Parts: sequence; structure tokens; C-alpha cells
Amino acid sequence: MPSSTVPDAPRGTRPDQEHFVAALEDTPVAPLDKLDESQKARSTWSDAWQAMRRRPTFWISSALILLVALVAIFPGLFASAQPNDGCELGNSNGGPEAGHPLGFTFQGCDIYARVIFGTQASVTVGILATVLVTIVGIVVGALAGYYGGFLDAIVSRIGDIFFAVPTVLGAIVLLSVLPDRTPVTIALVMSIFAWPQIARIMRGAVLTASNSDYVTASVALGVSKFTILVRHVLPNAIAPVIVIATVSLGTFIVAEATLSFLGIGLGEGIMSWGNDIGDAQSTIRTAPQVLLYPAAALSVTVLSFLMLGDVVRDALDPQARARR
Amino acid sequence: MTRLVTQSIPTISVDDSSPLLQIRDLEVGFTTQYGVVPAVRGVSLTLYAGQTLAIVGESGSGKTTTAQAIINLLAGTGRVTAGQILFQGRDLTALTATEMQGVRGSQIGYVPQDPMSNLNPVWNIGFQVEEAIKANSDLRGKALRARTVEVLQEAGLSDAEDRLKQYPHQFSGGMRQRVLIGIGLSSRPKLLIADEPTSALDVTVQRQILDHLGTLTRDYGTSVLFITHDLGLAAERAEQLVVMYKGKIVESGPSQQILANPKHPYTQRLVAAAPSLASKRIQAKKHDEAADIYSSGGTDTALIDRAAIREELAPSGDLITVQGVSKMYRIRTKGLKYTELLAVNDVSFGIKKGTTSAIVGESGSGKSTVAKLILQLESLTSGSIAFDGTDVAGLKGKELLKFRRRVQPVFQDPYGSLDPQYNVGNTIAEPLLAHNIGSRRERQARVLELLDQVSLPAATQFRYPSELSGGQRQRIAIARALALKPDVLVLDEAVSALDVLVQGQILNLLTELQTELELTYLFITHDLAVVRLVADNVCVMQKGRIVEAASTDDVFDNPQQAYTQELLAAIPGGDFEFGR
Repeated sequence: MPSSTVPDAPRGTRPDQEHFVAALEDTPVAPLDKLDESQKARSTWSDAWQAMRRRPTFWISSALILLVALVAIFPGLFASAQPNDGCELGNSNGGPEAGHPLGFTFQGCDIYARVIFGTQASVTVGILATVLVTIVGIVVGALAGYYGGFLDAIVSRIGDIFFAVPTVLGAIVLLSVLPDRTPVTIALVMSIFAWPQIARIMRGAVLTASNSDYVTASVALGVSKFTILVRHVLPNAIAPVIVIATVSLGTFIVAEATLSFLGIGLGEGIMSWGNDIGDAQSTIRTAPQVLLYPAAALSVTVLSFLMLGDVVRDALDPQARARR
Repeated sequence: MTRLVTQSIPTISVDDSSPLLQIRDLEVGFTTQYGVVPAVRGVSLTLYAGQTLAIVGESGSGKTTTAQAIINLLAGTGRVTAGQILFQGRDLTALTATEMQGVRGSQIGYVPQDPMSNLNPVWNIGFQVEEAIKANSDLRGKALRARTVEVLQEAGLSDAEDRLKQYPHQFSGGMRQRVLIGIGLSSRPKLLIADEPTSALDVTVQRQILDHLGTLTRDYGTSVLFITHDLGLAAERAEQLVVMYKGKIVESGPSQQILANPKHPYTQRLVAAAPSLASKRIQAKKHDEAADIYSSGGTDTALIDRAAIREELAPSGDLITVQGVSKMYRIRTKGLKYTELLAVNDVSFGIKKGTTSAIVGESGSGKSTVAKLILQLESLTSGSIAFDGTDVAGLKGKELLKFRRRVQPVFQDPYGSLDPQYNVGNTIAEPLLAHNIGSRRERQARVLELLDQVSLPAATQFRYPSELSGGQRQRIAIARALALKPDVLVLDEAVSALDVLVQGQILNLLTELQTELELTYLFITHDLAVVRLVADNVCVMQKGRIVEAASTDDVFDNPQQAYTQELLAAIPGGDFEFGR
């Protein structure tokens, strides 16, 4: 059938098929493609902020994180006594009493004070490890993904080697030979084994972003390759890394607790939730509160970071938002 | 022919006098965090057996939503809030999900828009067609297989039997669309809904598909509901036309009557902007009348005179000379082996200063590769490209930067070519910054000047791309390209992603800018109607070669090559006289 044949002439007009023209009042014609100037300008980040601030989860987790941060920086504000002052063996595993709301540890020290003062070490390890991992991951991932080729092959294989070793296992091996185990060393050791995860995510995101039309447009405009990486590729690839970093902060705190529980984490003199949980295992049946409170503090902190990560992901990933 | 046993629902006997589909005062709303947003507002239409009806309108007009409401496939939170959809006298909005399944597929077929994403890549074609037939009939085993082959053959895949075991990636776009049409028609539905069934395809493939649809519907008396943005297609293929705008019907009735004599201002606007191949003199005149809708006069005379002036001004030499250019890609097949693909094969042409040259061709013709070669985004395999007397191949460092300043691209996808993290002001200023031009204040002034040139208000500079429409984004992309005062713009399908009206607006803008700034354009496009509106010279490409190169008038009025003739004949409604 040749396409030039126009369909058969209408077989007379049938009911309901007459030529209908809507009244102009009902269907006013707007100016073509006019910019709506009534609304405020919105960037991706301000959009994300608008999406986050509407979620109660965001406010709850932020408040908890703020509280934890305050406790970590100024423990003295929350507990009057130094944790190891006035430890009396007579109070060993004792229940709550006036001035000591959570009771006493095996050594007769105040649990409340120990939980408050243990925050600092735990949170320091978490934040430090996250910052290190994120910086290393972003730099390595971005360079590998953006420049590709030989550099990418080398860096990716090195990453695979570290990726193959579980963070905690690797940390146990390394820490057992290190003499001095401060929050900084623990964070460093964990970062060595954890950076490939962020690097991989960054590499993927950079690959996607650098294949986009706006990057090609910038090349054609004469923008230099490195400038494009910094100005266009990185800002568009950073979102998934932020999400993973927020979530991994919690997991680093857990990892520190795990190491300390195994007796290979922070040194004996340093107070941390992990150390306290480790010490409490001998009295778990007779005095469960000794284990319960540091463990609860740990859970609440980790949970708030996970919740925050969840909210951030939803806000930065419009597709996930649209599905809801 | 296998007789189909469908899960029949009680039907009222269909004769020509009772409507097959009747939509009455349909309202569809989408629930968002700001409440229910209406997408379809009081739509009524009637379709009889054997009729073809087209719904046209710009994106966001509610045409697809209306079609999806019929078979209850509304996306996300959408739902019918009022009105009736009577199919053979039965209200589809009142059916349960299970009852609807009996209607979908067996009574109403659906051909989705995008053939690339609507077939499952992990199942072979035969399986996917069989699945559709199985869902709507009792055929199994050998009979099922036979019917599958038959369905595909009817849809125009002659070697269907050998292709059942192949996967979607082994099919071209046109073949996939045939498979989807085959699936849609597999159980002989009374109504076929086709949502932009051919807009992703080349014109010649589009024509074959439309012809097939025409034959199939004629043979089986199927009614077809087309969703399209192409008025030419509506004029040529549809008996009835419904024009939608912002969720409402602005005009409906016999399609040729409406298009020859549009009554509503919106329809008039649409018709005026519809590119067609009507004879040249009318075209030139009509184009200027169309321009009146968008611009406030002033440039009209310039537009009419521009060709003449350009003839006088044009220096004898070419600004860009492409000489015997080829581009070979090495495609990795298995292990370390490569096959070679000659994307561009011995192409030569010249572009004079201040003119518009167009390269037209179907997908895979190598036209975009030519653009990339000229822009120095890909390296040449052989041949040479000279710009203003200097060979551009192998330019490095400062020389390359200088070349980039003078030859700027505008890309196809207005949604991808702007960095979503940058506001409009920074986006336009980027080339200035990259070339260290002017102080901060001077750059700011230039941004405002450019925004004015592309007819956007100054406040646009604080906006982000996500807040702008496709047309507005394309204006921004043009403004960015113009920032360095280039001599040449390479426009790679720069208007093909836009609605007809916006497309007309942008083409007018480009023409005005050309007169104002003495620009030279290289237009890469698949759309001959667009070429007709803007180009002075045309190169028609096929399979990496230029098959015909001449002035636009010559190519359109007197095409020499069979391929060019075929391309021109394939444009739907090409010879229809729109009432403007």
C-alpha cells in the first residue's frame, strides 16, 4: 500500500464525531514555553534539603547524632564525676542508686559515667575512619574512573586485593603486631581495608558522569580535562559516596567495638564502648546491665547514622523518591 | 488460520452504528505530596469499529495518560477520578483487576512507545510473543509455535521462523517495533492503542510499519487509537482527530477537516508550526507567517532577504572544507579479534560562510560521526578537514583551543547537555571562564546579553536546568555555544527532542541569530521537514556515504537519487495542504 493514499473520505459524520471546538474561555492558550518566574530557584542540593527536612526520621537522627557529638566533645557536661574516680569494689555489679542511675560495673565504677566518657573514643574512630576512607576512595576512584586505561587497571586490581580481605579480619592481623593502639591507629588500620568500597562506587559514578553530554559539551568549549573533572564530574558523582559514607560511619563504630571486644581494639587505658562491652562478657548472667548500657549507646548511635544515610539516599536519588 | 479461543467477556454485538469505544468526561489525577494534580480534565471521545483516531498534543497534554487510562495502566499514583470509559457498552473503569486482565491483550491491544526498552532483553523473541499469545488463548505446543510465527509474519517479519530464538539486541529498532505490534495484535483485539509507535524510528521504517498497521487493521476491522505528535501522520493515517492541550480537548472531529481548517487558536498554532514539504514558494511565505506567532515582527523582512544578501556577501571560498574523509571504528568481537566498521566513507563537501548546510540521513548513516570529526571530538582515519584555510586534524594546545572557540556544538538532548549542578548563569559563563575572557563583571554582562539574544528573561541566570523546559534548555545550550562569538555552530539533532511548537520557535531563533551574528550552521538531522525550513544546502547520507548533495530547493523539488526520493516520499502527510 503506497503511503500517499490518503484514507477513505469520512463516511459522513457519525454521532458524537462532529467537528468540535472548545470554547476559548475553557481552554485559554498560554504563551508558548514561557519561564515560570513565580517560584524560587532550586538546585539539586536545595531540592535534596527540601526533601529531607520534611522527613521526621531526618530530624530524629540528626538530633541523636548532635547529642552524641556533644557528649563526645564535652563529656564533662553530662557526667559530673570522672569515670574512674570513686570506683569501689564494694559496689561491684551493683544496681542503680542515687547519683548512679545505671548502677556499677564489676570494678565498682559508675556505668553512666563510663558510657558518657566512652563515647569520645568510639565516635573518634568512626569519624576519623570515615573521613580517611572517603578522601582516599574519592581521589583514587575519581582518578581511576576518569583517566581510565592503565592507571584504572592497576588501581582497580590493588583495590580488589584489599577488598578481598574482610576489614575486621585484616585489622585483627595488623593490630596484633602494633604496639600502640590509639583511636588514630585503629582508624588508620580499618581505612586500609575499607577504602576500596568507596573507590569502587566513586569510579562507577565518575564513569557515568563523564559519559554525559554536558562533559562532551565542556570539552568542545575548550575546558581543560582536569577542570572538567573538578567542576562537572565530581559534583555529579559525589552523591552516592555521601550516602555510603554516612552509613559506613556507623559500621566503623561497630567495627571498633568488635575489635575492642576481642581485646585487640583500643588499648587498656582507653575507655570505649567496645572495651566496656568486652569487659562485661564475664558478668553477662549475673549483672546484664553492665553489658546493656554501653551496647545500647552503641546501637542508638549506629542506628542514627543508618537512618540519616537512608534519608540522604532518598533525598539525593530522585528515582527512589519518585517510587514512593 | 488458527481460530483463536479467547476468554470472552460478554459483548454486545458490534455493528458499525454503535461506538466501540466511548469516553465520557474522563478525569485522571495524580496524587503527589501537594495533593491531586489533574492530568486529564473532562475528555470525551468516540471511536467506531474499523476507525482510526489520532490524539495529538504537546508533551504533558495528557494524551498518553488518556490512552493508559483506557486499559488501566496508569503510571504511579494516577487514577481515574471521574467519568466513564465505555468499551462495547461496558464501563472499563468499573472492572476489577481480574476482569481487566480479560480485556487487556485479548480485546484491547497496546503498542508502547519505546521499542528499545519494551522487550525483555533476557528472553528470546519467540518466548515473548508466545507468552502474549498464551495469556490470551488456549493454544499450546506446536499450535502455539505456529501461531507465534504467523503473528510475527503478519507484523512484517518475513523470516520469523528463523528469528524466534534471537534476542532483542539482535533486532533493529524497526524490527523490535514490529514484534511489539505483533504482540499487540496477536489475539486480534478489537482496539489497538499505539502510543507514538513510530516516533523512535527512521522515516522509511516508519512508513513500512504504518503501512503494515493499515493493512492489518483493514483486514481484521480493528480500530486504532494513535497517540502522536506528528500532524502529518494524523492527516495521512487517521480518520478522526482529537487535539489535546493541558488535559483538555480543544478541538476534535474529522482529521482532514480540522487540519485544513483549524478553528481553535491552539490548533491553529500547532498546524502553523507543523513542518511539511508543501511546495517551496508557499513554504517560504508560510514560514514567515509562522514566525509572526513567536516574534513581534521586525526580522521578517530580514528573513526574506537573507538568502539574497548571503549570496552577495558569501566569499568565493568555503569556510569549512571536508575532503575525502573516512572514519573507521574497530569493534571488539571475541577475545582479541576486531572487526572494522567504516562509519564514514570518503565524504567530501564544503560549507560557505553564513549559510546553513544540513546533513540528513537515517540512524547509522554516519551523519553524527561527521559532526564529531568536524568538531575534533573524534580523530580522522583518512582525509582532511580544513577550517578557514587551516587543516584542523592534529591541532594541539593553543591552536586547538582557538579552533574550539570558533566552532561550537549544540547537542541533541537538552536534558543531558547541561550540568544539573550548575545554574544557568554559571553554565553560560563557563566557556568565558575556560578561555579567561573578561573580568567577573564583564562575564556577568555577557551572560545577560546572551540570555537576551536567546529571548530569555535575565532572571533565568539563577535557575537550574531541572526547572526549565526542553526548549528553554536548548536556548541555554545555544547561548552557551554563542558565548565565545563563534563562526560556526554544529547543531546535532538540536531540535528533534522538542515539541513541534517549541521546535518552530527554536528554528526561528536560530534563523534570527544567523542574520544578526552572521553565523554558519551545520545541521545534523534525520528530519527532512526541518531541513526544508532552515537549510540552504543539503547532503543526504546513507551508510557512511553522501548519496546526494545539492541546494535545498534542488533536493526537494528534483531529487536525483532513488534513496532521496524514497526518504521524501516516506514523510507522512508530506503532500497534505495544512490550512494555515
